[in-house]
Amino acid sequence: MDFKKITIFAGHYGSGKTNLAVNLAFHHKAQGRDCTICDLDIVNPYFRSKDSEEDFKAAGIRFISSPFANSNVDLPSIPAEAYSVFAKSDTYSVIDLGGDDRGSYALGRFSEFLTDESTYDMLMVINQYRPDTRTPEQVLEIKKEIEDACHVKFTGIVNNSNLGRETTVELIERTREFADECAKLLNLPLVMTTYSDKLEKPNMPNPFAINIMAKDIWQV
Amino acid sequence: MAEKVLMKGNEALAEAAMRAGCRFFFGYPITPQTEVAAYMAKHMRKNGGTYLQAESEIAAINMVLGAASAGQRVLTSSSSPGISLKSEGISYLAGSDLPAVIINIQRGGPGLGGIQPSQSDYFQATRGLGHGDFHVIVVAPSTVQEMVNLTYDAFDMADLYRMPVMILGDGILGQMMEPAEFPTESSRKLPAKDWATTGTKGERKKNIVNSLYLDPAELERTNFERYERYEKIKATEQKAECFMTEDADIVVVAYGAAARVAKNAVLAARDAGIKVGIVRPITLWPYPSDTLKEVAKTAKAFLSVELSMGQMVEDIKLSIDCAKPVYLCNRTGGMVMKPDEVLAKIKEISGGLK
Repeated sequence: MDFKKITIFAGHYGSGKTNLAVNLAFHHKAQGRDCTICDLDIVNPYFRSKDSEEDFKAAGIRFISSPFANSNVDLPSIPAEAYSVFAKSDTYSVIDLGGDDRGSYALGRFSEFLTDESTYDMLMVINQYRPDTRTPEQVLEIKKEIEDACHVKFTGIVNNSNLGRETTVELIERTREFADECAKLLNLPLVMTTYSDKLEKPNMPNPFAINIMAKDIWQV
Repeated sequence: MAEKVLMKGNEALAEAAMRAGCRFFFGYPITPQTEVAAYMAKHMRKNGGTYLQAESEIAAINMVLGAASAGQRVLTSSSSPGISLKSEGISYLAGSDLPAVIINIQRGGPGLGGIQPSQSDYFQATRGLGHGDFHVIVVAPSTVQEMVNLTYDAFDMADLYRMPVMILGDGILGQMMEPAEFPTESSRKLPAKDWATTGTKGERKKNIVNSLYLDPAELERTNFERYERYEKIKATEQKAECFMTEDADIVVVAYGAAARVAKNAVLAARDAGIKVGIVRPITLWPYPSDTLKEVAKTAKAFLSVELSMGQMVEDIKLSIDCAKPVYLCNRTGGMVMKPDEVLAKIKEISGGLK
């Protein structure tokens, strides 16, 4: 897909937003675009984009995050530097929001900069294998809650359905009808279907290979 | 078994509790267990139960005492500092012979400590969860699926033995996501709760739930009886998983998330030709002493791998009557060891054995 200057990933808690945001940042970089990744997650205490900070540095991706992320300071804070994402510039930005309406409140502060849809995409990440987003109706409910919280409208859907390490191509393909129905019910285009780059490409609309960055600490 | 879903450990605990018939949750938020309460807040009402965020941990545990007295399946959850606050109420639950399930998703301590994962509440859980002579059953899951399975069993054991059961996890398990499925029913046969204070309706003698005894001789007798029950639990409920222990010279002992780190180190050590295995305690009280005694017949040394300052070392030594040396590989304060650190320790011990 053609990415706009700002891409925001929002959605249900645990739908895979952070991993997608990190992947898109590297994708931008691989396409030769200057890129910033901005962590606005004010909900999650662990497993944050900050885990990939060294990789960002090595790749030349600018990283904005709360100075308290991954520390013992259990404080939902946003760095002032986040404003720079919305300044006129040639760089591409990826915003990683926290889950559900609670996580999306953080974006509300910046909604005044998000009025022209030609400059940004806000993508709703969905995973049918999460217990609270099994049906399009449940997805619609969460969509409304998030939009009410952040005052920004979604522009598309990313089908990120997966079962963690047990994901197979067949499991992804089984979510086709669900994803189509979500697109219809939410009246949004299905812009991406993600799959692990370790798997074969599924027969799904707009497949997008992602690298599963989150590494279990017990792995050698 | 239904289709698998992808869940956070904390969410899985909450969902499993409701499926196990828990209709009352009283809690207070604290990182890294808040998702248990958040999930309950969202779903408990749909399941016809009561979710209540209490004004404090102390209030929450006493609400648990109330619901348990009325014979209801009830849950509270917290993380380390919050469990300390609940400990008075847990002692009252034990002294009143009440079933309840308590979740502790541990973080670094002591004091306010930090929000990163830890296992340093081991002594508290297995020995000192409140004042007085008592124990609670402590189960220690190591995967999200096991968090689900042990939650069902925790409620069953609580009802069967009329005592609190603690599910002892850590921040890693609470926060990580894995696929899980939910069993439709539990398998234990449970006695009727004919002791519950549900109203006599003028048809039976009144039930009294209480932990105050005016007569010291009666209190002593109650304690002796309770400890007879504990002996029965020790004989029947010890649970551990053994992996590659049959021919092991070195036996690693680790539970929870630390066991996952340790298992990878064991596999790497086997590749390096070292005969090493792992015992993973699933119950921490009763401690799986029988399993350790058995492997101690052939093992030459033990290694406790834990996210605490050697607390479990004592239970290993007690289990094997100090018959073999017990070493320690640990991190604490929210830091987690890498498999390489455990492997290095295994190699060091192995070098000393030759």
